Amino acid sequence: MTNKLIAPTRRTVLTGMAAGGALLATGLTPRFAQAQSSEPIRLGFQLHRTGIGAAYGRWYERTATAALKVVNDAGGINGRPVEILFEDDGTDPARGAEVFGKLATQSNCDLVFGALFSHVVIGTAPRAAELKVPYLVCSEGHHVASGMLNRWTLQPGITDVKSQVQGMAPFVTQNLGKKIAMIFPDFAFGHDHRDYFSAAVAAQGGEVIAQIAIPPTETTFTRYFPQIPAETEVIYHVMVGPAVLTFVKELGEFYGTGARPQLFGFMDSLEAVDIASPGLEFLDGSHFWEAHPRYKQADASEAETTYRAAVGVDDNGAAANDPADVATYSHMFSTWETLFIIKAAMEASGYQGAADRQKFVEALEAMTDFAEGNEHPQGAKTFNGKTHQTFGIQSISKVEGGKLVRVHQTTLADGQYPDEVDYTTQSF
Amino acid sequence: MRDKRSLILHLAVLAALLAALPLLSAYHVTNVAKIMVLAVYAMGYNIAFGYTGLLSLGHAMFFAAGLYAAGMGISLFGLSAVGALVLGPVAGGLAATLVGLLALRTAGVAFMIVTLMFAQAGYLTILYFVRYTRGDEGIVIARATRAIGSVDLSADTPRYLLAFGIFALALLLNLALVRSPFGRIMVAMRENEARSRMLGYNPYTVKLTALAVSGVYAGAAGAAYAVLFGYVGASLASVQYSILPLLYVLLGGAGTVLGPFLGALLMFYLIDYASSATSAYLFIVGAALILLVLFAPKGILGTLRERHARWLP
Repeated sequence: MTNKLIAPTRRTVLTGMAAGGALLATGLTPRFAQAQSSEPIRLGFQLHRTGIGAAYGRWYERTATAALKVVNDAGGINGRPVEILFEDDGTDPARGAEVFGKLATQSNCDLVFGALFSHVVIGTAPRAAELKVPYLVCSEGHHVASGMLNRWTLQPGITDVKSQVQGMAPFVTQNLGKKIAMIFPDFAFGHDHRDYFSAAVAAQGGEVIAQIAIPPTETTFTRYFPQIPAETEVIYHVMVGPAVLTFVKELGEFYGTGARPQLFGFMDSLEAVDIASPGLEFLDGSHFWEAHPRYKQADASEAETTYRAAVGVDDNGAAANDPADVATYSHMFSTWETLFIIKAAMEASGYQGAADRQKFVEALEAMTDFAEGNEHPQGAKTFNGKTHQTFGIQSISKVEGGKLVRVHQTTLADGQYPDEVDYTTQSF
Repeated sequence: MRDKRSLILHLAVLAALLAALPLLSAYHVTNVAKIMVLAVYAMGYNIAFGYTGLLSLGHAMFFAAGLYAAGMGISLFGLSAVGALVLGPVAGGLAATLVGLLALRTAGVAFMIVTLMFAQAGYLTILYFVRYTRGDEGIVIARATRAIGSVDLSADTPRYLLAFGIFALALLLNLALVRSPFGRIMVAMRENEARSRMLGYNPYTVKLTALAVSGVYAGAAGAAYAVLFGYVGASLASVQYSILPLLYVLLGGAGTVLGPFLGALLMFYLIDYASSATSAYLFIVGAALILLVLFAPKGILGTLRERHARWLP
C-alpha cells in the first residue's frame, strides 16, 4: 500500500473555486449563509465547574455543548454560528457575579445562562441588571417567580420548586399517606420545601405532622430519627450534599427490617449517585420526584432517545462510555432547553447584537408555550412572561430492582399558582 | 524625610488608582472597585495581625456584621445607603469588641480557635435566622436603594469612586495609625508583649483597641460590599472569608500599609486568570503561596522593606 499525496494542480484549484463560488451564489450552502453578520453569537455560560456544584457543572457543560452542536448543525441562530464560552464560578455567589461581568464585558457575550445553585443566581442577578445583559438561569429556585430578582433575569428552562412540590403533593396524599414527616436541610433550600410542601399537603387534606430540620454541618443523622412520630405514614426527605448516603444508610439502620413509613424523596438527593450503590438498598420500593426520569422509560419518546444519544447518556442515566459516571439527569435538560429557547427568542426578536438585548427579553416574555420535541425533550411547558418562570410536567418514580420506574406524571395545570410579580411592569 | 517619602508613596498609589479609572475597561473597573473594598477589609485584618500580632481566624464575623447591618438595614428597615455605610463600621467594631472581650483572654493557637468558633457561630446564626437573612441564598439589595441622592452606586463610575473614597480614607487613617504612638505600642505588643507590659502598657486594652479598630475596618468593608455590589449572603460570612484577608496580607506583606491592597490585587487576578485556564486554579494559588513562604516569607512589600526600602511603613 502506498501513500499518495494529493497535489492540487492549477486546474483542480480553479475548478474547485468555481464550484464553491457557484454554490455560494445559489445559496445552497447549508450553514450560516443568510446572516447579515458572520460574527458568531457568543453565549456565556456560568458554570459550576468547581465547588459544591461540580457534579452538576460537569454534566451541564456536556449537555450545553451537545445542544450547541445541534443548533449549529441546523444553521445556528439567525443564520449565524453560535459559540458558548464557559467560565467557572466555583459555585460561589461573589465569584458568580465576577464571572458574569467577565463574560458580558470582557468576552462580549450576548447573554449569559446556565447557573443552577440558588445562591449563585441571587448573587449574580444584580450584576445582570446593572449591565443590562439577559441572564437565563437553570436553577429551580422560586427566587425568580417570587419577584426577588429583576427584568433581566429569567428562568424559561426549568420549573421552580414551588410548582414542583405543588404538583407532587396530590400523589403523595392520595397514594402514600396523609400524615407526613418532613426531613430537610436547615437552610433556604430546605425551608422552601418545608413551606411550599406543607401548604400543598394541607390543601390536599393531608398534614405535615413533623418538620425535622437538619443543621447544614451535620454528618450523622441517627439522633434525629426518634423525632419521627410513630403515626407517620410518609417520610418526605430532601437531604442534599455528600452526607446523603450516610443519611439513607442510617435511616435504613433505624428502621431495620421492620415496618417503616413510605418514603418520598427529592431526586436532588441522588443526582450523580448510582442508585444501586451499596447502602442504598433501603430505598427499594420508595418514591422519588424527578423532573426528567434518569432511567429510560418504556414509553420514552423519540425526542428523549435523540436527546440521550446527543448528550451521551445510556438508558440507565450514566455516561455512554462510562457506566460509573452517573448523570445529573433530572436537572441538566434545562441547559439544553434553555439554549433552544434562546434561539427561538433571538429569532423572534431579530436579534443582531448587544443593542437588541432588550428586544430579546421582550420577545421571551411574549412566549407562552414550548411544545415537547427535540428542543424540549423533558416535555411540554408553559411560560409565564410576567413572572419569568416556566412550568413543566413532573414525574414520580418508584425504585424497583435498583432502577427508577415512573409511576405518575403531573399535568401542566397541577403546578400552576397565582402570579407573585409582574416583571413586565418594571423598567429595563 | 522618611515620613515624607512614605506619604508621597501612598498618595501616589491613590493618584494612580484615580487616574486608572478612565483607562480601565468596564470589567476591570468593577474588579478594582471590589479589590479596593476587599483591601479595606484586609487592612483591618493587618492592623490586628500584621501590626499587633493577633492571628485571628474569625474576621468573617466582623465583615459579615457590617455586611448584614447594611443589607438588612436597607432591605428590612428602609435605611439609606449613607446610613448603611455608617452603620456597617459601627456593627463591625461592636462585634470585634464583644468577641475581643472574651477571646483576648486567650493567646496564640487558642486565640485562633476561639475566634474561629465565634465566626462559625455567627455563620450558623445567619443560617438559623433564615426568615430574616434568607440564609445561604442571601438578600438582593434593591437597585433603587443603592444610591446617594441621585447618584446611582450600581453604575460603574460612581461605584468605583465611592470604593476609592472609602479605600483612600482607610489607607490614610491606617498610615496615620501606624505612625502614631499607639501604632508603635501595637508593634511593641507584637514583638515583645512581656517587655511592653513591663514598660507600663496593658496588653489587654491595647489588643482590644486594635481588634476593635480592625473590626471597624472589616465592618466598613462589609457595608461597602452590600451597598456597592447589591448582594448579602451567608457565604460571605463563611470561614473562607476569614482566610482570604489573611492570604492577602501574607502575600502583600504583613505589617505594611500597602501590603493588603497589593495582596488583594494580586490574589484576585491570580484567581481570575488561573480559573479561566484550569479547574485546578486553587492548586496554582496554593503553589504560589508555598513559593511565597519559601522565598519571601514576609510577603512582597515586607521583603522589599527588609532588603531595599526600610522606610516603608
